[in-house]
Amino acid sequence: MADKITLSKSDRLAVWFRHQYLQGSWNYERMQNGGWCFSMIPAIKKLYPNKEDQIAALKRHMEFYNTHPYVSSPVIGVTLALEEDRANGAPVEDAAIQGVKVGMMGPLAGVGDPVFWFTLRPLLGALGASLAMGGSIMGPILFFVLWNVIRLAFEWYTQEFGYQLGTSITKDLSGGLMGKITEGASILGMFVIGGLVERWVSIKFTPIVSTVTQSDGAYIDWDAIAETAGSGAQGVAEAIKSALSSYSSLGATGLSVDKVTTLQANLDQLIPGLAAVAVTLLCCWLLKKKVSPIAIIIGMFAVGILGHLAGIL
Amino acid sequence: MSVFTIILIVFVAFLAGMEGVLDQWQFHQPLVACTLIGLVSGHLEAGIILGGTLQMMALGWANVGAAVAPDAALASVASAILMVLALNSNADQGQAISTAIAVAVPLSVAGLFLTMIVRTIAIPIVHIMDGAAARADYTALDVWSIIAICLQGIRIAIPAAALCFIPSDAVMGALNMMPAWLNEGMTIGGGMVAAVGYAMVINMMATKEVWPFFALGFCLAAISQLTLIALGVIGISLALIYLGLKEVAKSGAGAAGSGDPLGDILDDYE
Repeated sequence: MADKITLSKSDRLAVWFRHQYLQGSWNYERMQNGGWCFSMIPAIKKLYPNKEDQIAALKRHMEFYNTHPYVSSPVIGVTLALEEDRANGAPVEDAAIQGVKVGMMGPLAGVGDPVFWFTLRPLLGALGASLAMGGSIMGPILFFVLWNVIRLAFEWYTQEFGYQLGTSITKDLSGGLMGKITEGASILGMFVIGGLVERWVSIKFTPIVSTVTQSDGAYIDWDAIAETAGSGAQGVAEAIKSALSSYSSLGATGLSVDKVTTLQANLDQLIPGLAAVAVTLLCCWLLKKKVSPIAIIIGMFAVGILGHLAGIL
Repeated sequence: MSVFTIILIVFVAFLAGMEGVLDQWQFHQPLVACTLIGLVSGHLEAGIILGGTLQMMALGWANVGAAVAPDAALASVASAILMVLALNSNADQGQAISTAIAVAVPLSVAGLFLTMIVRTIAIPIVHIMDGAAARADYTALDVWSIIAICLQGIRIAIPAAALCFIPSDAVMGALNMMPAWLNEGMTIGGGMVAAVGYAMVINMMATKEVWPFFALGFCLAAISQLTLIALGVIGISLALIYLGLKEVAKSGAGAAGSGDPLGDILDDYE
């Protein structure tokens, strides 16, 4: 074995670059297979000088494949190592390569979805969006730059990690490390989603539960303030000062004589966001009953419009 | 709109459509797509604000497994174009943005159907690629991969181009015709839509063991001083602590001489 074929760093960079198009030909039959094969091309060209071997390699990488597009990087790293061994004469069966791909894609998707789609993107997205809603260009820029730096680095380093570990990563997979990462990711994901449900699922009940006429001193006496304001420029400043100081001590309910309590305010005193979590759990249940997500979304619009017309929402 | 502006808008739409399936650079996220359309049409600030607002709604939209989420690409691109049209006919910025938001969610459902169509068209394409693989025809493999991804771009670029040619007056007319109750009702419905995305992931991850963490996150989020970054840090810490303790519990139960001298004495005291 004088002329051992190895993949150079530039080959691995070429695979890394193409791997970004993993989902390009995403289809309902074999999902990411086309993109996966497209990613492997530079490696296949380098490793197999013989055309028959190239054809066999291309065919075995057109098999079904589907995982989270970022955590697919360590999988492709391991596959590169396996193909390299095979090209150098090691007895690596087709089934072994396919087994590694299928064995890794499931558990890794369970890590990628909660970590990237449901923790990192909402975090960076909400950070950028809160800046953007004030009209600041820093919002979109921050989101775009941070996301892509993290993504590109993650994809490169985990691909290299997989390539270096090669087959030994499969031992890790069964050795419980993967299980722990998946569990940790689920905990993080559930925690953050709990928070997101409270913050971003908005549902407000508008019916008024009670209207109470407040006693003197519990509200701002606007007549008295108007009187002060009537006595010249100094008086206006005085009036503003007294109104603001009463407001800071009384709060929003001090603005009018009547204290209006909506159903929402009552619910918020119980637990803020209770309705949001109820809607979410209802969705969970409906999805488990195989109701299509589209039907649920359309139903929500119907509920929103009808509820608004009925004066409930 | 000038021809040059339209070309730039269609280009942004094309990028957004590609990213809608690739999910790498995030050109399809409202924060990025609306800002870019605002930039090329001369309404940068309005675009940024629209993007930020839509982003908040779309936080939980993600493609999980084979299930496809509401499509952020068409929602952000088309609603941003409608906003630009309204602004060009001198609408008030606040009103233009709020109507754009109201149409965004129905658009996201329309975009979802479009991506499902393209994902079906991709089936014959991978069959052609099978043929190319059997001949080791690398050029054909590359070309068909690029065609597939371009189809996803065109999916958004065509509706975007069509919208650009609608006269602004017609858009304003249609927007004014939309009754307030419909507009407001759709906004209310839109506020709930995020729950569907969250529910999908919950169903994927939930076990008896992790439900308490959902409850913790939910309750802590009510403290408005905690930013999402803070919530993320708490979540990571909880996960590490929990896994660490579980590890300790496992090894402690298994072996004697567990590094707990008092415990060992008590165990042996019989």
